[in-house]
Amino acid sequence: MSEENKNHAGVPGSEPEQKANAPENAGEPLAKESIAGEAGKGPAETGAAAPERAQAIAGNDEAALAARRKAAEEARAARAAAAKAAAADGAAAGGGEAPPAPPKEPSPNQPKLDRLVRIITEKFGPSAVVESYINELDRHLPCVVVDPSVWADVAALLRDHEELKLEYLRNMTGVDQETHMEVAYFMLNLAEKQDYCVKVKTDRDNPEIPSVVSVWQTANWNEREIYDLLGIRFTGHPDLRRIMLPDDWVGHPLRKDYVPLDPEV
Amino acid sequence: MIRTEELTLNVGPQHPSTHGVFRLIVKIDGEVITEATPVIGYLHRGTEKLAENLNYTQIIPYTDRMDYVSAMTGNYVVCHAVETALGLEIPERAQFLRLIVMELQRIASHMLWWGTYLLDIGALSPFLFAFRDREVILNLFNELCGARLTYNYMRVGGVKWDAPEGWIGKVRDFVKMMKTRLDDYHDLVSGNEIFLARIKGVGAYDAETAISYGLSGVNLRCTGVKWDLRKDQPYCIYDRFDFDVPVGKNGDCLDRYNLRLEEIRQSLRILEQAVEQFPEEGEIMGKAPRIIRPPEGEVYVAIESPRGELGCHLISRGKPEPYRLKFRRPSFVNLQILPKLLVGETMANLVAILGAVDIILGEVDA
Amino acid sequence: MELDLRLITPEERTVLERNIFLSTIEQIKAWARSSSMWPLQFGLACCAIEMMATGGAHFDLDRFGVFFRASPRQADVMIVAGTVTKKMGPLVRQLYEQMAEPKWVIAMGSCATAGGPYVKSYSVVKGVDQIVPVDIYIPGCPPSPAALIYGINKLQEKVRNEAKSGRRVINR
Repeated sequence: MSEENKNHAGVPGSEPEQKANAPENAGEPLAKESIAGEAGKGPAETGAAAPERAQAIAGNDEAALAARRKAAEEARAARAAAAKAAAADGAAAGGGEAPPAPPKEPSPNQPKLDRLVRIITEKFGPSAVVESYINELDRHLPCVVVDPSVWADVAALLRDHEELKLEYLRNMTGVDQETHMEVAYFMLNLAEKQDYCVKVKTDRDNPEIPSVVSVWQTANWNEREIYDLLGIRFTGHPDLRRIMLPDDWVGHPLRKDYVPLDPEV
Repeated sequence: MIRTEELTLNVGPQHPSTHGVFRLIVKIDGEVITEATPVIGYLHRGTEKLAENLNYTQIIPYTDRMDYVSAMTGNYVVCHAVETALGLEIPERAQFLRLIVMELQRIASHMLWWGTYLLDIGALSPFLFAFRDREVILNLFNELCGARLTYNYMRVGGVKWDAPEGWIGKVRDFVKMMKTRLDDYHDLVSGNEIFLARIKGVGAYDAETAISYGLSGVNLRCTGVKWDLRKDQPYCIYDRFDFDVPVGKNGDCLDRYNLRLEEIRQSLRILEQAVEQFPEEGEIMGKAPRIIRPPEGEVYVAIESPRGELGCHLISRGKPEPYRLKFRRPSFVNLQILPKLLVGETMANLVAILGAVDIILGEVDA
Repeated sequence: MELDLRLITPEERTVLERNIFLSTIEQIKAWARSSSMWPLQFGLACCAIEMMATGGAHFDLDRFGVFFRASPRQADVMIVAGTVTKKMGPLVRQLYEQMAEPKWVIAMGSCATAGGPYVKSYSVVKGVDQIVPVDIYIPGCPPSPAALIYGINKLQEKVRNEAKSGRRVINR
């Protein structure tokens, strides 16, 4: 408790909201009221008056701090239970914090993920799907990581298979994870309104991924942009040139180790 | 004997039309285009790389400048992505304010498009009418958040400024006025024979092409596919309001023109309902942490901007700055269909087709 | 007939002062040029929308004699409105060279002045004055139409002032 008082006293000149610890701030009516009261006084006071105010607040907090912490615990547990009841998911965010961790319930999109994996592995063998998981943070998006050597054929299968019919490629993102590079494809089935994410990983020194322009025409400029900014070559692309930067640019800017040639201009 | 040669013409980055710095290299045989190659990147400012060193509140002004004609939707997509990752709840009044400004922004953007499209086609006065209406909306925004074009209005967890006294009444008056004005504009332009001859049947494509090219927004709906993210994957509080999604038939420029004007009408409908249901009081900022650190993971959210599907793919490693922030920009994707549409068209139709796609170069290049 | 200034009566003097206006040719040229500046329509980014709004009916630019031209050969002033990227830089210079003398440049907005919010970016030229000589800088992001009108008025004043005093700010 004394540590928290020191924290409060140590930030005299900053705004009042900073005094309450950030994670506890969310979802606590008691703390919000005290902050709202301080916020009213905040802008008017200068740095000289603030340390005294900090001491006064520290004094108040000593009495209320224990009550606040208990309220936070209860709020967190209540939130975890409510999240579990409402979404029927594994409560990955809340489950770890509340003392008795509830068992992880399967996500509602797990059957869709299983079906996707089954369709791909049926045709291309189990090595085609490197990994598959549900992205709970993003509203339970089924994600699959596909081996790059079979990616072009897998893409055609995803578009044409009657159960999937993923004709609409929404987005392609190239990412430079420092150990490898990857491209994430987000596809959508317009009739069922279900989206899927497929990632293709490749190594960093000589990144190559088969192009899917023949499957989804929208990939054309997306692949050129990823080549331009990250350096991933797309084999089979009809016209792989730089699109955003001038043709004689050296380097790929979005890489993490990019050093610009002329920073002063 | 007349002999024709193919000419390579550069419709250069400096245009008399207002789309911005867009270059089109066309090979023409007489008046007919045989091949068109767009060259973009003259406005590539490196927003995605800059975002890797800024925290989320600092990224919001940059999103204003990407799609500068519809800046509120740019603000919203980043806030929505971070709020989805954090699981934040937004207060009612903030949601209503966000919805009202986004719909007003949609009307302003479509008005700008209408004025400049007709300016390209050759009619000079609708430009002035469009800007007259846009000034009313921009004055409303100026009262609300202090800026006319790049607002920096939304924050993670809510909005920054509350509506001043009487602002909602002004929105209500604007809606009433705009309805009559929209009918006036239809009278002025939509039946004009020259206009119809220039627009009807020009630049048509079918639904399969549109889906394969990943088109979105009006460019997809003009072919008959009823896909609007406000209805099909609702965000904000759009599922509470009653509005239609107009759909075209032929996929030509006239359909896109009519659809955009219809969308203004539907936006006015939404605004009417929103203004009636606007909560009298409430918080405008939810309980967001002081330092915004989304948990490790990735999120992709998409909203319906006036140009199409504007998406934000956020990869976070638990730090205050994103690891990778990618914007799925509708104008960038919609522009890919241009080379296909232009083959066989005349130079005069080039302007009509390019205008109907409705691109904003700040968004194409980001 | 001789003109002897000492023989002009006060009545004649007032009549002369009311009806004859003396000036140098430079000042007359400057008055004509400043009152009808024709800018090149050169909107690059967001500032272009504010430039269009300034040309609209609410903040009218035509009352100042300002009238946008599409071709650089017919323009007097180039309003660089928006961010200049390294890809666009050589083209800005080419357009500037294509304009006929006398010509002026207005850098509108903070991106054209000094790089603006994109000053740390790898592909933005930090200020268009690295490429063309600039006469007037208008700050703002974007500058509101009233600010743009103020900037254009300042350019008009500068042109007239240069003619009156004979001094040039930039040695072109």
